[in-house]
Amino acid sequence: MKFGVVIFPGSNCDYDTYYVLKDVFGQETSFLWHKEHDLKGVDCVILPGGFSYGDYLRSGAIAKFSPLMKEVIEFASKGGLVLGICNGFQILTELGLLPGAMLRNKNLKFLCQFVTLRLENDRTPFTHKGKKGNVLRIPIAHYEGNYFAPPEIIKELETNNQVVFRYSDAQGRVKEEANINGSLGSIAGLTNRKGNVMGMMPHPERASEALLGSQDGRLVFQSIIESKNI
Amino acid sequence: MIDKKILEEHNLTSEEYEKIVELIGREPNTTELGIFSLMWSEHCSYKSSKVHLKALPTTGKNVIQGPGENAGIIDIGEGLAVVFKIESHNHPSFIEPFQGAATGVGGILRDIFTMGARPIALLDSLRFGPLANSKNKAIMEGVVSGISSYGNAIGVPTVGGDVYFNGCYSLNPLVNVFCVGIVEKEKIFYARAEGEGNPVLYVGAKTGRDGIHGATMASAEFGEDLEEKRPNVQVGDPFMEKLLVEACLEVMAKKLIVGIQDMGAAGLTCSTSEMAAKSGTGIEIDLDLVPQREEGMTPHEIMLSESQERMLIVAKKEKVKEVQQIFAKWDLDAVHVGQVTKGGMIRVKANGQTVVDLPVEAIIDLCPVYERELKRPSYLESAHKSEPIPLTNDYNEALQKLLSSATLASKEWVYRQYDHMVQTNTCLLPGADASVLRIKDKKKALAITLDGNSLYSYLEPREGGKIAVAEACRNLACVGAKPVGVTNCLNFGNPEKPEIMWQFKEVVQGIAEACQAFDIPITGGNVSFYNETEGAPIYPTPVIGVVGILEDVSKAVSPGFKQEGDTIILIGENRDDLGASEYLKSVLNKEKGLPPQIDLEEEIRSQEFCLEAISLGIIRSAHDVSEGGLAFCVAECCFLNEQKFGCQLEPRDELRTDALLFGETQSRIVVSTQSQNVQELLDLAKKKKVKASIIGRTGGKNLVIRHLEKEVVDIPLEEVRQLWRGTLPEVFKIK
Repeated sequence: MKFGVVIFPGSNCDYDTYYVLKDVFGQETSFLWHKEHDLKGVDCVILPGGFSYGDYLRSGAIAKFSPLMKEVIEFASKGGLVLGICNGFQILTELGLLPGAMLRNKNLKFLCQFVTLRLENDRTPFTHKGKKGNVLRIPIAHYEGNYFAPPEIIKELETNNQVVFRYSDAQGRVKEEANINGSLGSIAGLTNRKGNVMGMMPHPERASEALLGSQDGRLVFQSIIESKNI
Repeated sequence: MIDKKILEEHNLTSEEYEKIVELIGREPNTTELGIFSLMWSEHCSYKSSKVHLKALPTTGKNVIQGPGENAGIIDIGEGLAVVFKIESHNHPSFIEPFQGAATGVGGILRDIFTMGARPIALLDSLRFGPLANSKNKAIMEGVVSGISSYGNAIGVPTVGGDVYFNGCYSLNPLVNVFCVGIVEKEKIFYARAEGEGNPVLYVGAKTGRDGIHGATMASAEFGEDLEEKRPNVQVGDPFMEKLLVEACLEVMAKKLIVGIQDMGAAGLTCSTSEMAAKSGTGIEIDLDLVPQREEGMTPHEIMLSESQERMLIVAKKEKVKEVQQIFAKWDLDAVHVGQVTKGGMIRVKANGQTVVDLPVEAIIDLCPVYERELKRPSYLESAHKSEPIPLTNDYNEALQKLLSSATLASKEWVYRQYDHMVQTNTCLLPGADASVLRIKDKKKALAITLDGNSLYSYLEPREGGKIAVAEACRNLACVGAKPVGVTNCLNFGNPEKPEIMWQFKEVVQGIAEACQAFDIPITGGNVSFYNETEGAPIYPTPVIGVVGILEDVSKAVSPGFKQEGDTIILIGENRDDLGASEYLKSVLNKEKGLPPQIDLEEEIRSQEFCLEAISLGIIRSAHDVSEGGLAFCVAECCFLNEQKFGCQLEPRDELRTDALLFGETQSRIVVSTQSQNVQELLDLAKKKKVKASIIGRTGGKNLVIRHLEKEVVDIPLEEVRQLWRGTLPEVFKIK
């Protein structure tokens, strides 16, 4: 499996993601520079976390104009795997590869902490190594992660089983107190209709080594690595 | 004509002016006067503190760079070095909390990457007035958001620090920002302007009118004209700085440059003169070439601007194109504005005219040094006078009051606004005694802590200085790390007052004594004087930052209890030390008494014991006993265990119960261990000549403390934990 991690000006989880793929999972991994038009033949493109272009406007609103995004859209339309983490998720919504948008967290503060998530869909290339109902402990770190979409879109997401992760309590119960940022439907991660593009606010690359307190994020990377088998 | 009024505006005395005239052999023009005003300011020149700072030990076999550069550097082996420094941004943070704190973060980051190091962590020491006052609340909220906005965006984790509250900070909040980076020893860069004819490049953001006279502002007391000073605060742009980090590290890695210096306080003036001074050269620049954000700026304004996110680079002659290409890749300016010259002069041109022509030596080296008058303050007499402390009969209530006081309450509300995990090196989450950061692909890790109890320093400055160092080292010992280097931020009132200068001298002596005892060097730091508004000074506030090494990151220990049924052991001795305690302050409303006295030999033995026990793997948790005493320490060990169990304690000391529970005797550590390791631990203590006593057992739903045959504390853990966690969120709740 060949991975490409996109660097936008202001990306700051680019090296973290690269390190996990390359050094923890031993996968062939390259950086992709946002100004170029070359995906370097990768099998999976990752849009990492950070503050692309400072996020002074709406998160991801400028990154979508980066030259490389043309290739990313084409790649996705042909079924290539694209994962957006945090700012990457925000960029995917701006690009229109995923529906909806992010509002500010309900408490109007940046939030960095471990949260628990319930796995809702184990039939995606990003999660097939897990089981529906699994509870994962993975950190979040964002100011704008309060997922919003019009009711008809939310309904469509639910009908098509596009919701992959929801914020839950440690027992996997989805309830308002566990909905840390106020997202509609407690949505923490979702895919497009075809299932080859996923966005998630929590950071699996921060939960892939025992030393950092959780390895639950490995599920996502391991699933992608073994996705050719599904 | 330069008259008294102009001098006053520039914060220079008439004696200083006469010296300037004598040094340069003529009257300076106003731009030149502005340069002296900045470079001879207390903030840039250390003219009042220099004579005392000499007492600090600054050398050691692992010191690669001591004080005098942008940051200190310590060799940590395996070809790596750590670069670290602490700095204050107190005055700007009072005037404009958000931007003041944000640009403080930006500035300290530049100090670190200027040396070729990638910044890997930030910590902050914050001091505010009581939160019952809405102005203090607004300042704290602004400062925390400012730090969060800058650090999070740039992708350097804010992993720890401390926050204290005291009335003396109401009009003088303190924002001390610490940064640490890692560099390969062979790739360190310095602020040098070497090689006559080498091009001088201006890189980063454009120059605007912001921050003019910032350093001068930080070198005077505030009066009622505070609001007028707001334009002196700069505005931060973390995105610009992120680009700058990447571009600078790239040109450094490719060895395209000779030297580099950030433009922080005193901007272009400071960077040109300091770089030239360090190399015995001169610099010539043309202001018409400097990228400017607004039209019509005078040479005076351009030279004195403190616009953020700018650096000055001396490049290799033949590499200018390559440097510019790398900056262009990151969409940044890199403009050739001048060159290095022979002869030690700073020459600045504008519109074809020479507007500055000054010897570097006069600006930097020949600044006056003051040995100011010292006087022991009279308040000490009455503060030390012993008076009876009434015994309470409700220790449950006292403990609850203590752990819901702003200083001791959980700081989760603060640190969860900081991205403390980016870069994926954070092994212990904030709240532990020290932050632990792994070094990727290495067995060893870094541990870092900040510490400084100003109430101790107020009531006995020398002891306060000593304890600040000792406690910071103890924090490191609790996670399993040995200290390797120290940086200090010394926050004081107006040094022209003999009492303040006496406090300063005493604190510095105390710090020096402790550093010598621990055999650790101070590699730099920062002095912030004039922290007084309308004549009221802050308590003397030394903040000590210590960096340490854990030989094996997998052995890092955290403060929370780990399992029910473990034995709780106290290292050290409980004495009758209620003076200057948080208990007296928060529960009895008294900021009085003598702070605990520290025996540095005893302290070192305790720490060495703790380190050895951790390396042998025979303790499961360790937490130092500090503000709030034994009872608060043990409560925190319970709060920080995820299984939410309590403990039962029964210390056997013949002491007043309040002193036993809340006294702040130094050199104590609470550890927990499995029963099969208890004997080994006690034997080790004996061997190390350390007092160790079994004081209780973990488990149960309550926090129970028995003393002198009586149950003095018995409270449901979950209840007090909510209190401890809920205090700050309640204060800042959106109503």
